[in-house]
This record gives sequence, structure tokens and C-alpha cells, in this order.
Amino acid sequence: MSAVSLRVENLRVWYRTLRGDVQALDDVTFAVADGEIMGLAGESGCGKSTLGKSLIRLDGRMRYVDGTVELDGKELPIWDTGKMNGFRFREVSIIPQYAMSAMNPTRKIGKLVEDLLESRGVGFAGMRAELDRRLELVELSHDVLDRYPIELSGGMKQRMVMVLSTLLNPSLLIADEVTSALDVSTQKAVAETLVGFRDRGFVKSMIVITHDVSLVYQIADSIMVMYAGKLAEKAPTDVLVDAPRHPYTQLLISSLPEVGVKYADKRLTGIPGTPPSLLRPPVGCRFRDRCPLAFEKCLEEPPFVEIEPDHFVACWKAS
Amino acid sequence: MRRYFGRKLLIYAVTFFVAVTVDWMIPRFMPGDPIQTMLSRASLRPEANQALQAYYTNVFGLDLPVWRQYLNFWTALLHGDLGVSIWLFPQPVTKVIMRAIPYTLALLVPAILLSWFAGNKFGAYAARRKWLDNTVLPVGYVLTATPYMWLGILLAWLLATVAGIFPIAGGYSFALEPAWSWAFIGSLLRHWFLPFASLFLVGFGGWAIGMRNMIIYELEADYAHYLESLGAPRRLVRRYAFRNALLPQLTGLALQLGVIVAGALVTEIVFSYPGLGYLVLQAINNQDFFLIQGAFLFIIVGVLLANFLVDVVYVMVDPRTRTGMRGGS
Amino acid sequence: MTVSDQEDLVAVAPAAPVVTAAPVTSMRAGREALYFARRNRKLVAGLTVVLLFLVVAIVGPLLTDHGPNEYVGPPAQRPSSQYWFGTTMFGQDVFAQFTHGLRSTFLVGLLGGGLAAFIGMLIGFTAGYRGGVVDEVLNMITNVVLVIPTLAVLLVIATYLRVRGVIPEAVFIGLFSWPWVARAIRAQTFSLRSRDFVDLARLSGASGRKIILREIAPNMSSYLFMTFILLFGGAVLIAATLDFIGLGPTEGISLGLMMNNAVLWSALPLGMWWWFVPPGLGITVIVGSLYIMNVGLDEVFNPKLREM
Repeated sequence: MSAVSLRVENLRVWYRTLRGDVQALDDVTFAVADGEIMGLAGESGCGKSTLGKSLIRLDGRMRYVDGTVELDGKELPIWDTGKMNGFRFREVSIIPQYAMSAMNPTRKIGKLVEDLLESRGVGFAGMRAELDRRLELVELSHDVLDRYPIELSGGMKQRMVMVLSTLLNPSLLIADEVTSALDVSTQKAVAETLVGFRDRGFVKSMIVITHDVSLVYQIADSIMVMYAGKLAEKAPTDVLVDAPRHPYTQLLISSLPEVGVKYADKRLTGIPGTPPSLLRPPVGCRFRDRCPLAFEKCLEEPPFVEIEPDHFVACWKAS
Repeated sequence: MRRYFGRKLLIYAVTFFVAVTVDWMIPRFMPGDPIQTMLSRASLRPEANQALQAYYTNVFGLDLPVWRQYLNFWTALLHGDLGVSIWLFPQPVTKVIMRAIPYTLALLVPAILLSWFAGNKFGAYAARRKWLDNTVLPVGYVLTATPYMWLGILLAWLLATVAGIFPIAGGYSFALEPAWSWAFIGSLLRHWFLPFASLFLVGFGGWAIGMRNMIIYELEADYAHYLESLGAPRRLVRRYAFRNALLPQLTGLALQLGVIVAGALVTEIVFSYPGLGYLVLQAINNQDFFLIQGAFLFIIVGVLLANFLVDVVYVMVDPRTRTGMRGGS
Repeated sequence: MTVSDQEDLVAVAPAAPVVTAAPVTSMRAGREALYFARRNRKLVAGLTVVLLFLVVAIVGPLLTDHGPNEYVGPPAQRPSSQYWFGTTMFGQDVFAQFTHGLRSTFLVGLLGGGLAAFIGMLIGFTAGYRGGVVDEVLNMITNVVLVIPTLAVLLVIATYLRVRGVIPEAVFIGLFSWPWVARAIRAQTFSLRSRDFVDLARLSGASGRKIILREIAPNMSSYLFMTFILLFGGAVLIAATLDFIGLGPTEGISLGLMMNNAVLWSALPLGMWWWFVPPGLGITVIVGSLYIMNVGLDEVFNPKLREM
């Protein structure tokens, strides 16, 4: 694969709560290559959204603890929101989970775009042609800029936000659960649009956060699975789905229903148990309590190692 | 949008109807003969007594069937005839009230507008800086908890009696006659200032607090987070938050109109300022029921009109009502 | 929810809390709330002040052996060791008037506020839960009462009554202060109505009234409590205004009436500050403390607002 675009090392981001720190993201290390679409999958609360958000804006109770983030060779000062501003929108951008309500309801969309661009030092007039072109790409008519968000349907708002977030051709795009609230055919359209952005060079690399592995299978070059704030496995898509090495990934993949397979023929298996509390995380491997392959060594935390080229696993049994 | 206005106008029409009916009903449901009660309570000269007796019987028409009395009342009302004042006999109520209205409006309109605008701006500033917030907040709460008349009393005592800067009573100096002269206008203004300031301050506190809370709420909205994620400067986000926060503040203004009008009335009483409030006080003390009822109807109409005005402004300002589509995601 | 409903949720009174639906019904939530309640400075301070005044209202009148309106001393006296708050133009004990006035203030506040809260909840829950025609009718009633300026109506009613007492005054105030409460409760009930736990209760055959009492209201208990406090404060203010105009109770004394008398008998130009400062100050401090208590309560119940 080509040069590395994003490099994250030992990233720790915790949440401050009155009962202590929730270790939502603990010692995360990975890299995303130029032009790569990486899917980030896992259960609710595993830390994937935290990871996505921390790469662009620490919000509310999030607290940077440790680690480095490097984008295109430059260090991203994610702990300093002022310094980070220079990178936002231009180098790093996000399509948020709440894209449907992300636009100011009392401002015409075109005015909103203009205000935003001008405030970031980009002339709106100069961008107008490119903006129109991108609107056509996502099948939105130009007069959407004259409308208020309330006049648009959910899907149209989503597409508008996708266009806006990628307008300045960021190096890294974070797509946070962009398909969660949509029906299947719209999901497909959105997924295809994301790939289109990468293929046309609007974005260099992308992290697609989702809890739906079957969706991300369609568009991602590689998939990274997280569990309880730690990385479990990262591999190219086909490898991860066909030959996963981490027990959690294996259970996750096998719990996916297959089209055409009836319940009578093959039972759906879930994963019994629930993820551990991240307030006082368990010692060693965090999947230990639910893992069918756990043994004594699992009391010691397994490192995230490369067992094959581009295939990383954090499991004593797998490595 | 037509639905929006239609609904509002319907409410106002019903309200007016109910108010007038209540006004008409009350004297008839009090125990005893309302006319005799009113006449005996007022001290009158014999010829006035007779004229009023005849007038009352006509207006109340107690010899007529009830529905006819009701209709007569409405007819008179729509002709602008609110009866004759007992206390200031034989002046018609409408005329007496119209003399007082300009003074009340001169207090209300600037006080409402200025306190709303200034209070909102100030509240927005307070939401920005911690030190300002820590001072504005308690001051604002104290101001909004202050009964209107007490602030008036305090201002009158401190700035008029003690400091002697402003006059304590009246609409203009008793030595002057109304005329278009600088002296008179100056006197008007000097007498106007304290009651105006009193109304302004109480309102200011309330709006400042409301806006501060609204801005904090708006800054947590999705659109604010999105803009910040895309690196928008604070001032852009705050500008949007402020504009959005003004909308519920506008609604709040409509809700507060009744309270503000009541505040103006009592403030006038404190300063013996010759507006509607002072008139009402004298009417009560002199048992002039026609005047009270007339004032009541004027207040109702005024508040309904003001409400309607706010509704119009709201439609102009909130695009969601204009597009005719409602509902959030 | 329509746009106007969203407005209802956020701006109903300048000091009203912003409602964010955070339904928590477990026991732990109650204990957690108490923990934060004890530590919240605003809540503790506000509550202390209000309770202090309540004590004065109960105990104060017992300290003086004469009635508040009796002529007991030399007129227009400054505060002294004998008459702590001085005397009025007629030689009445201002302190005695103050403490008795506090009693009627608390009475009107509790009764008027309580009645308004009750009506507001009744109408709000019914309209929000039932919907349809019932909702439309109740909405119209709410809007009409909302627009009518309270003082104007009370003006006309009170004028025709020969004898007026504290309780009728409280009832009148209660009958007209509830609209904003009903609106906000209706909006909340609307959104809670479609939640799963309500559906579950409905499936198990619970009646509408039971559902409201057992499922919906407890989820809003914090908001209901704060609403009552606001209504209490509002009732105190309205009563003071009414009394000041001269439409208050015909017997006894109240803080508003004290101010009325003071202004009427030239206390202002004569500088008799001990007559008009205590009653107004009392009302301001009590209502202000109630508002601050409310802010504190909002912080206790809304985890997002708590200072870190």
C-alpha cells in the first residue's frame, strides 16, 4: 500500500465523570494509509466514536491523557483546541452522527456555507463552482442552497452535510455512523457516495465508524475492530471477514445473518455477556470474561502485534 | 402561515369575547341590586344621582331580557361607548381613559423595547465571560424577583427624596401648564425618567437571565458542535446561537406582556404618574365601576394587540413558520 | 411536535429552567439527587433563607402582644429598641405588621401556587396524554387564559366583592397562573407518551389516570417540583401587586398592603424608609431565594449542568 497518511500511537482519551475517569480509549495504536478506507467497528460503548471524535474535536467531558497523532507527517495537537482549529475542515473533517440536525435551522443552507467558508478564510464566490459540481454529484439540485434545512428530507440533509464536510478536500475524513438512521437503499447510496469521494480524490483517507460490519464490508479496504476501549484486530477486509484471528472478531462475524440462510439450517449465535465497565477496567485482556478461548496468560494484557503483513491482533492465542 | 395567523386570531377573538362577557356578567352575579349598590357607595349630588340612575337602568336594562342586555352592552362597546364616569361625572369613560393612555404608553413602549434588547444583549455577554456571569446572574435574579412597585419606591426614595435629582410625583411640574415649550417638555421628561427606569430595570434583569440560559442551551445544540468541529470561530457560533435564542425570548415577551402591563400600572401609582394605573387606583378609591370596567377593556385590547404584533414579528424572524412546514427531525 | 411546542419547552418564564427530558426512576437516582442536593450551594442557600423567613412568619407574631393594625406607639418613629422596625404614620408597629404580613404572604404563595400547580398538571397531563379533541379544547382554554392579563381580570372581580379574604385571593391567583405550566407539561407528556414503558403499562391494562400517575409524572417529578417553586414565587408577587393597588384582603395586613399604605400616607416624601423598605425587601429576598433555589435544583437534577 501507499504512504501512511494517519498514524496514531498510544492514544489515550478518557471521560471525566464524578465517579472517576472512564477509560474509553486506552493505548490505541494504528495507521491508515493514503487512499485507504478503514472501517472501525465494534459494539456500542467500545470507544469507536470516541476515537473518531478525538481526532478532530474533544467535546464535553473528553480528556486527552496520552499519545500522539500524526497526519501526513505533521503532528495533530488534539489536546489544544485552539491550535487544532487550523487543521479542522482543511486537513481533518467529520460527517457527524447527528448529520440530520447539524445545520442551523434558521439559516439558509447557502448562507450557512458562505458564513462558514468566509470565517475560515475561503472565499465563497471562488468555491461556488466547485460546490455546484459536488451538489450535482450527490444528486442535489443547486437551489438547495436557497432553502432552509427544514425543507429538506433526512436523506437530502445527510447528503448536504457530506458535501459540506468534504468541500475543502481534507486529508482525513471521519464518517461517524452515517448510515445508522437510514433505510437499506439509502445506506447503499451513502456508502457508494463515500467511496466516490475517495475515488475522485476529494478525501485522501477515511475512517468509517459503524456498528454494522456487513455495511462496512462493502466499502472498506481494511476493518479495525475495537472492544472495550482497546483494539482487538485490524486486517484487510477480506481477511478479517473470511479468516479472523481474534476470538471476538470471530464471534462477531459469525453472529451476522446471511441472506438466504434459514434459521432452521444455521443458528444465529450471539456473544453471551456484556462488555466490562470502563470505569475500573479489568486487568489483562478485556475480553477475558466472555472469551471461549481464555487461559491464564490472558490475565496479562496482550499487545497489538502484526502477525501477518497488515494484519494486527491483540490476543495471546492468535499470535 | 395562514394556519398560524388564523389560529392566533381565533384565540384573540375568543379571548376578547370571553373578557367582555366576564366583564358584563360580574356585576349581575354579585348579590344584591348592582345599581343601588353602586349608587349608595358613591357620594353624589342629587341631579347626578338621578341621571346616573336613569343611565344605569338603561345600560344594565334590568327590565329587559338578559340577552337583550348583553346585546346592548356589545352595541355600546362597539360604538366606543364605555359609559360615564361616576367619579368624574359627566365625563365619558372613554375620554377619561384616552387622556391617560399616552402617559402609560410613554412608559411601556420604551421600557419594553429597551429592556428586551438591552437585557438580551447583556445576557449574551454574560454567557461569554465567567466574571461577568458571576455578577450578572445574581443581580439579574434579584432584579427579576423585585416587585415592580418596590423598585419604584426605592428609586423614588433614593433619587428623589434623598438625592433630590428627580421629582417624586406627577407627570409634569404642578407649576406648569401643558404647552409646547422646552420647559414643559423638560419637565415631562424629568417626571418620566424614574418610573421608566423602574420598569426598565426589572424587565432587564429577567431578559438578561433568560438570554444567558438560552445561549448556554443553544451552544450545546448539534449545529453548534458541527460548526466547531469544522473549525468555525467562536464568534460565528455565538452569532448563530444568539439569533436562535432570540426566538424563544420573543415568545417569552408575548407571555410576559400581561405582567409588564401590571407592573406599569403599579409603578404609576407609586409616582402618581397620570397614566392608566393611577387612574385605576383613583377609580377604585372612588368606587367608579364604569371607569374600572373601561380600563379593564382597554387593557385587554391593548394586550391582545401587542400579542398580535409580537406574532407578526415572530413570523418575520423565524423561517420555520414562513415555510409553512413544522416539526423537527 | 410543532415549532410552537418547542418554544414552550424553553421559554416560559425568565427564570424557568430549560427542560431536558432525562427520565430516571431508579432508587439510586433519588439517593444520588440527595447527595448532590446537599452539596449545591445555591439550593442550600436559597432554601435556608426561605426557611428563615418562614420561621419569622410563624414565630414573629408571637413576639408581639398587640395586633398589627393597633395604634400602639407614637407615630412616625424611627426603628428603636422598643419598635424594631419603627412605627407607621398612625403609630402602628411596623415589625408586627411585617411578621403578620409574612404569614399572609406564605399562605397566599402556598395556596395560590399549589392550586395553579394542580390545575396546570391536570390540564397538561390530560391534554398531553389524550390528544385529539380533548387536547384541542384544553389548548384553546389554555391559550385564552394565557393571553388575558391576570391583573385586569382580578381587578374587575375584586372590585365587586365587598369583603375579601386571603383564601379567595389565593384561589383567584391560582385560577389564572397555570397556563404556562399546562403547556410545558403537555409538551413533555406528549413526548413521554410514545415511550416504551408507557406502551407496556397500557398493554397491561392500566387506566389512563394510573399511567399518568405511576409512569409519566414520576419521570417529570423534578420538573414538577421546580414548577411549584416558581408558581409559589409568582403567586407571592401577584398578591403583593394586588394588595398594593388596594384589591387585597379587606382584613388583616400583608406586605403589599403595607407598601400601599406607606405610599398613600406620604412615607416617600417624608423619608420614612422603615415603613416601605422591609416589606419590599422581604418579598424580593423570598422570591429571589426561590429562584436561586430553582437554579440549584436544576443543577441537581440535570447532570449536564453540574460544575465539574
